[in-house]
Amino acid sequence: MNTLTVSPSPHVHSGDSVKKNMYGVIIALLPALAASIFYFGIGAVVVTITSVLACVVFEYLIQKYLLKNKPSIFDGSAALTGLLLAFNLPTYLPIWIIIIGSLVAIGIGKMSFGGLGNNPFNPALVGRVFLLISFPVQMTTWPTPIISRLHYFGITPEILDATTGATPLSILKEGVSNGVANAEIMQQLPSLSELFFGLMGGSAGESAAAALILGGLYLLIKKIITWHIPVSIIGTVVIFTTLLKLIHPDLYAGPAFHLLTGGVLLGAIFMATDYVTSPMSHKGMLIFGIGIGVITVLIRIFGSFPEGVSFAILIMNGFVPLIDKYIKPKRFGEVIKTQKA
Amino acid sequence: MLKTFSLGGVHPEENKFSAGQKIETLEIPEQVSVLVAQHIGGPAEVAVDKGDQVKVGQIIATAAGFVSTNIHSPVSGTVLKIDTIIDASGYRKKAIIIKTEGDEWEANIDRSETLVKEITATPQEIIRKITNAGIVGLGGATFPSHVKLSVPPGKKCEVLILNGVECEPYLTSDHQLMMEKGEEILVGTKILMKALNVDKAIIGIENNKKDAIEKMSELSKSYDGISIQPLKVQYPQGGEKQLIDACIGKQVPSGKLPIEVGAVVQNTGTVFAVYEAVQKNKPLFERVVTVTGKSVKKPSNFKARIGTPISQLIDAAGGLPEDTGKIIGGGPMMGKALTTTDIPVTKGSSGILIMPEEIAKRKPSQNCIRCAKCVSVCPMGLSPYLLMTVSEKSVWDRAEEEKIMDCIECGSCSFTCPSSRPLLDYIRLGKGTVGQIIRNRTNK
Repeated sequence: MNTLTVSPSPHVHSGDSVKKNMYGVIIALLPALAASIFYFGIGAVVVTITSVLACVVFEYLIQKYLLKNKPSIFDGSAALTGLLLAFNLPTYLPIWIIIIGSLVAIGIGKMSFGGLGNNPFNPALVGRVFLLISFPVQMTTWPTPIISRLHYFGITPEILDATTGATPLSILKEGVSNGVANAEIMQQLPSLSELFFGLMGGSAGESAAAALILGGLYLLIKKIITWHIPVSIIGTVVIFTTLLKLIHPDLYAGPAFHLLTGGVLLGAIFMATDYVTSPMSHKGMLIFGIGIGVITVLIRIFGSFPEGVSFAILIMNGFVPLIDKYIKPKRFGEVIKTQKA
Repeated sequence: MLKTFSLGGVHPEENKFSAGQKIETLEIPEQVSVLVAQHIGGPAEVAVDKGDQVKVGQIIATAAGFVSTNIHSPVSGTVLKIDTIIDASGYRKKAIIIKTEGDEWEANIDRSETLVKEITATPQEIIRKITNAGIVGLGGATFPSHVKLSVPPGKKCEVLILNGVECEPYLTSDHQLMMEKGEEILVGTKILMKALNVDKAIIGIENNKKDAIEKMSELSKSYDGISIQPLKVQYPQGGEKQLIDACIGKQVPSGKLPIEVGAVVQNTGTVFAVYEAVQKNKPLFERVVTVTGKSVKKPSNFKARIGTPISQLIDAAGGLPEDTGKIIGGGPMMGKALTTTDIPVTKGSSGILIMPEEIAKRKPSQNCIRCAKCVSVCPMGLSPYLLMTVSEKSVWDRAEEEKIMDCIECGSCSFTCPSSRPLLDYIRLGKGTVGQIIRNRTNK
């Protein structure tokens, strides 16, 4: 007879794994990647490949030579960080800046805390915000969709002026600060249906709302994420901007505009739902999402940056330990139900 | 929408290979090893000596106190010795070894198959008979049944809930018993209702046993006050607190017993034993055991005498498969991995599950990625990831604060964890220590 294995129960496992979850998120990002390549062409391809490769290579090197433990690059988490970082970058960004961003994301954002599971802040956003502060010009040079498809910064610099433009959010911010009426600004902006399909300047992967929602549905169906974080962020942004619009229709854009521009959907569905940096209880997730929604709108309306999703998520990441300490899941038998069956 | 419990839960592959297999009576073994500790509570005290002649159903060890039970001889023959043998825990425990000679039963046991419907015993007599018959919870928890039936003063039982859920994957013994002995189970239910002085009983059955739901619903029409509650398939619905929640929508408060919400829960197999004890004077010395597994040739449901070595059951199910990597006493979620096939059947043996080598070993544990899946599946609303960490770091006061003692050890957390972390192992460790700390504190 064979040797019998003796171990405590349970003796079966769901078969779920870190790998499955990570690759699940990567699959969910593919529609948005396709949209990105469709709108921004060559630049989207260069930025994505550079970022993913750099993140995976940096994780491998750090694990092998600095931490001296077994590299785990095939679990998909480094590739996912790379993909998310790419999605948050403009597609004209020079390769060397992307590599610096990847190093900061993986090296400082993730590995310095002990690797997968230990980082308090979303690594891709740490990389992105580092680049935004360090290279403000390059990080806000937005290619115009479709006409920029065949160009990449550095290869064809002479056409740069013709193929870059502002994002809807920065047009709005500038207009408002110059005292232009809201209705007038809106005329310069793409229509809501154009926004829904991503026809606007912006980071590589954030623009195509339709593709992001599709990916989000996949994550929900596959039970990789729960609805709590995306719904609370989106709900908060909608409620907050609706209130502002009602108070001062001339000054503020409506909820649909805020939802479809910038990184709200990418942030709500893919960035804030990062397992490691979000709360553990459903109630905690709701608080976390509401916080992100409120801070995003505050930065967009009252801050100096036109967009605030990245900052909002990073700020709320910092609150996660506190949320987990005080917000506990609903316990069985805590409240005795009185209704009869 | 079918009813189920309100928090957490998982749905492992059901793999009920032995479903629908008729209960076969296993041949009486040549020798039995009857453990004296087959229940929760004090081990029974041995009441026979080496060389004594015993009959089937004769008491061979007596209950040591209120939370303990009598043990009866499952065979007739001679007591060979009182010795220690390895039991399901892997430790050596005291057992009575009997050599079988013939099959002579105690004279007062009614061996016929006739259904006795009329309940003549008074509530006191019922409880006394159940106590004498050594009946324990046959679902696997093995808590002495008479203790549950003794409602503490000031409390009132309003409903009897029967557990026909069999939420553990693979196991089918309760299912098959309902199919074959449905009427007996209903009479048993009536007996318990009389003993508890309640007029309402609910039999909870999961929806993967549609035939049993149909059959029991049909039969229960002629029994007043008994209703069948079909339930959504969700593990651990067979947990006492989860079943009460699923059936009557009441949650037993932390650290309290079901009677707090007016409920008493018994397993359907236990109720069948109650029927036999009260109507047929038959003590608990045999039970239905499922023998199953992916590579088992003939997954079966056997009626086996207590004390039969499990090797005999495995042989009867087609022998130990080549690829065996693990043998489990009970189901895959809460059962115990056994160290040898010499271990005897006990009152709590609901099944023997044989796992192939390739799924016998756990996957290596990885870092926690804080996915919160353990939190969402915990049926008690605990935070398994946190309980594991505080147990690992021996922060016992925090473990107690986080209600580690509420854990029912269902294993849903370890089952779900994408990083294959040994959550329940550490929580068990923590429960042991915290339980000891609480006992020391209350004893002072």
